[in-house]
Amino acid sequence: MRLRVGTADWRVRALGIALVLLLAIAGVARAAEPNFPALTGRVVDEAGALSATTKSGLAEMLAQHERTSGGQQVVVVMLKSLQGLSIEDFGYQLGRHWGIGQKDKNTGALLIVAPNEHKVRIEVGYGLEGTLTDAMSRSIIERDIVPAFKRGDLNGGVLTGTAAIIRVLGGDASAAAAPAATPWRSALPIAPFAINIIFVGFFLFLLMRRHGRPGFWGFPGPFIGGFGGSSGGFSGGSGGGFSGGGGSFGGGGASGSW
Amino acid sequence: MHFMKQWLRWPVPRIAAVLAVLGGLAACDVNAVPRQDEAVKAAWSQVLNQYQRRSDLIPNLVETVKGYAHQEQTVLTQVVEARAKATQMQLPADITSNPDAFRKFEQSQAALGGALGRLLAVSEKYPDLKSNQNFLALQSQLEGTENRIAVARKDYIGTVQTYNTTLRTIPSRWVAAWLYPEAKVKETFTITEQAQQVPQVKF
Repeated sequence: MRLRVGTADWRVRALGIALVLLLAIAGVARAAEPNFPALTGRVVDEAGALSATTKSGLAEMLAQHERTSGGQQVVVVMLKSLQGLSIEDFGYQLGRHWGIGQKDKNTGALLIVAPNEHKVRIEVGYGLEGTLTDAMSRSIIERDIVPAFKRGDLNGGVLTGTAAIIRVLGGDASAAAAPAATPWRSALPIAPFAINIIFVGFFLFLLMRRHGRPGFWGFPGPFIGGFGGSSGGFSGGSGGGFSGGGGSFGGGGASGSW
Repeated sequence: MHFMKQWLRWPVPRIAAVLAVLGGLAACDVNAVPRQDEAVKAAWSQVLNQYQRRSDLIPNLVETVKGYAHQEQTVLTQVVEARAKATQMQLPADITSNPDAFRKFEQSQAALGGALGRLLAVSEKYPDLKSNQNFLALQSQLEGTENRIAVARKDYIGTVQTYNTTLRTIPSRWVAAWLYPEAKVKETFTITEQAQQVPQVKF
């Protein structure tokens, strides 16, 4: 009798230890991924840094762009904190988590601002890397966004920056031209653009030839499960039903600080 | 043994045994190995793609820097040589499961990353170069590419982890040993990203 109680005790204790261990592992696994804000619309102001008029103006601008461009999704997000990550590291994970852009074309872009860390980034989805190049993203950040941010004008910087992103995505490469003071003005936007088109085309060709299968730009199965799996059923509440289309990101874009 | 044979002759246990085997197979996900293998391949080609992209930016960068900082011959030569070494390397088809080739690839790319970092660091000394729009454009493409490389490496590490876990844990390792005996554990990146990263150039 005594022995039986003993074994039962032992079993209960072992089960308890196993449960605690499991929970600990689950906790660690969860802690590894940052805490992403909810996708509540095309403008996510987690930091509470934008005025109501700015937010509605941005939302209107972005919604219109999605309609006229045939589904390109641009989202503006003001982060409360980068949670100890670099803005580059945070940015692509956020883009994948939300699944911004069309699923197979990956036509999404994010303007990410972390006012508390004084960091800004334009994160470009795989499918838009040829149109909104790293060099253009950087020139938008340095010409349209950072000067306003330095004056403390977050609303103005975000508005002009978003407008420039949309103009570039709409095909107006000069929207990311160098400042007027330099004599290179007319040469700059075309060169990186052309180079990028050639690169992208070349790699696409190479990889298609080598592997002979579609879906190269998209992400491999297990990853979609891990990062952007919720894209289908996920829908923003207050954003008029806005949701990510399932696009993926691979670290394209540029960052800046002020 | 004899008892087992007799027992299996009974129709109900026999059906139950077949069902148990089928159910077990379904639960073990017999396609996990090939599916995850494909994911690793896709992630690996993305890694190669991004390294190639970096390599293609270099001739232009070297030319631009030469125009302003030709006295930095040592650094420029180092970059050109590291690039030649990295691009001339023959990659075997099984590189992801070949430890020696994988290490060599990783080291040659890390050497190139280091040489590029030094080149960008010395560029700091030349104000004319730093204000050259062509240089600025190349530099931002290079920074973006380094970031893409970091993402591609992380994705590759993630897919390899999934794949190797399938090959090494029970019960999926039994399924793999039985159905995919040729499947081998894959290599993953060991050199830290810090060692690879181009230092940030501030303006």
